Amino acid sequence: MEKPRVAFFDFASCEGCQLQVINLEEDLLKVLEAVDVVTFREAMKEHSDNYDIAFVEGAITRKSDEERLKGIRANAGVLVALGSCATLGGITCLKNFHDQEYVRKLVYGDKASHYETYPSRPLNAVVPVDFKIHGCPINRDEFAMVVKALLLGKNPEINNFPVCVECKMAENICVFEKGMTCMGPVTRAGCGACCVTEGSFCWGCRGLVDDPNADSQREVLATHGLSVQDILGSFRLYTGFSEVAK
Amino acid sequence: MSNEKIIKVNHITRVEGHGNINIKIRDGRVEECQWQVVEAPRFFEAMLRGRKWYELAHITSRICGICSIGHTLTSLKATEAAMGVTLTGQTEKLRRLLVHAENLQSHILHLGYLVLPDLLRVPSVVPLVSTHKDQVLLVVRLHRMANEMSDLIGGRTIHPQRPVVGGFTKWPAAEELETLRTRLADSMPDVEALASLIKDLAGNLPDFSRETEYIALTSADEYALYDGDIASTDGGSWPVDNYKEITNEYLVPHSTAKFTRHKRDSYMVGALARLNLNYDHLTPKARGVAETFQLRPINYNPFMNNIAQLVEVVHSIDDSIRLIDDLLGNGIKDEKPSFSIRAGRGVASVEVPRGILFHEYEYNSNGECVWANCIIPTNQNHANIQKDMEAFVPQIKNHSEEEIELMVEMLVRAYDPCISCSTHCIFL
Repeated sequence: MEKPRVAFFDFASCEGCQLQVINLEEDLLKVLEAVDVVTFREAMKEHSDNYDIAFVEGAITRKSDEERLKGIRANAGVLVALGSCATLGGITCLKNFHDQEYVRKLVYGDKASHYETYPSRPLNAVVPVDFKIHGCPINRDEFAMVVKALLLGKNPEINNFPVCVECKMAENICVFEKGMTCMGPVTRAGCGACCVTEGSFCWGCRGLVDDPNADSQREVLATHGLSVQDILGSFRLYTGFSEVAK
Repeated sequence: MSNEKIIKVNHITRVEGHGNINIKIRDGRVEECQWQVVEAPRFFEAMLRGRKWYELAHITSRICGICSIGHTLTSLKATEAAMGVTLTGQTEKLRRLLVHAENLQSHILHLGYLVLPDLLRVPSVVPLVSTHKDQVLLVVRLHRMANEMSDLIGGRTIHPQRPVVGGFTKWPAAEELETLRTRLADSMPDVEALASLIKDLAGNLPDFSRETEYIALTSADEYALYDGDIASTDGGSWPVDNYKEITNEYLVPHSTAKFTRHKRDSYMVGALARLNLNYDHLTPKARGVAETFQLRPINYNPFMNNIAQLVEVVHSIDDSIRLIDDLLGNGIKDEKPSFSIRAGRGVASVEVPRGILFHEYEYNSNGECVWANCIIPTNQNHANIQKDMEAFVPQIKNHSEEEIELMVEMLVRAYDPCISCSTHCIFL
């Protein structure tokens, strides 16, 4: 049987999710045995437009990038969004809360008109996306799991319960009890509550669970001293493209 | 009949981010020679406006996946400078260790995965998995060690979580540091094998020099990475607060990234700049590796930046062992950060793998960012890449299109550019 042909692409991002793929280290060599990587600009000069699976990192931040993404969609049998910028818009959407003309002028002054930009958006605001690997950055084991599932012809399972569940399993003390606030109650699990485990709090990088109880989360944050503006700020950090952050 | 050579590389590969090369040679005359940065701008400084003091390092870390540790630490230092936060000796040492961890992971990634294929004349590391399996596994081992070192000190390989304003949220246990120390010491044979592999292939690095200015942090006490003053090989040193006198950013029409210049048309930052300015502070073993490549200050060959990275790999391992011994000697303590939020403005600089990085922030009394500026190493290198290309291409114009393309790509790769980093913005 011929090995599936895999390609990697990126738009506006830090390229950290593709780096996480390289960070699979010895396991990456195993992946290379199972698939043919035909395009991966960050790591390879080889290039082909003939591929079965496309992994796409990054958000869409200008009209001209839509064409390139549509081309990838047309070529790929399966399109997987890689990381928060691609699945949610992520951090890149923070600029959406300023007037776009003001943002450009702030940056490029009187040359602003030369630099194209529009409100940042996730891939699925432009083309249909088959699967999403969430996280900022992605968890490399989860990436390996998705590749395995796709190779077996299965749909990869993406969690739909909040980070709190994994946080309890990690036996962490609740962040709220430590006097801080946390996005864990409404954020999609799959990270093993890594930020809380490292002494921080959940920033919400994997996006909201389906049907999050956002009202209850707002109430909890307010009881813990956050102003209306700060609460909105917490939602906007990663999920600025979604309705809850508007 | 006119003889025309056209080299058009749209989105150069094996670098971070999107850049193009355009060259046109007609009848032996170089008519066009341009380095273009076409990355989508993300407007980070605008994104930071109104965000809280504890979020800035988290957000700016996302400027770059490869230098996320460097951005995190520079960001924390800028916030600490703005709010007058003092750090303990333990925090400073752990942060220096973290800088070494990133230097190791980034340099090994660059040398092993991005540069080695050029030296072996293959398009990527993939074919090497079958032809040079042992060497690839050696690179993977070193890379994994550096990544696990980042995990241990920073809490994650990319976008670290433990470093926060005023200190850390979690500390490595003494036993973990001892294990790391052993691994670092045991990695030397692998590093030596990598060095001798590169030595055997170094003849494939073009012999090209162009006099330029080099800028890096410098310090009387150490090979400056985490802290220091700004220094230039053209003479002079400046406190970090005066960084704008050095960087002088300007816009060019063919690039979404800004360019910089100081005393000349361009300057270079990165491992070669650091080595040119701080050679005497390298560990003896690191200097020994430099000597095997006849790399001595001031070296004006940009391709030697690759070798300077190799020298720094040895230095970072040596100095990490010293830092760990020091930390273990004093015992690791849990130290909760302690400070109060206040209005202010702060500048900070760290030498990240690709060169000198600056962050500057202004906060209001609620600890909200009202102004921010970040100047990234690759921004400072774009003009020097352009000037190098202008000097290099006429020297190689008689080669075939294919060879010219490879050599110019190798030139750009030697800078280890981080293009998505460099496409930033500044408040004018």
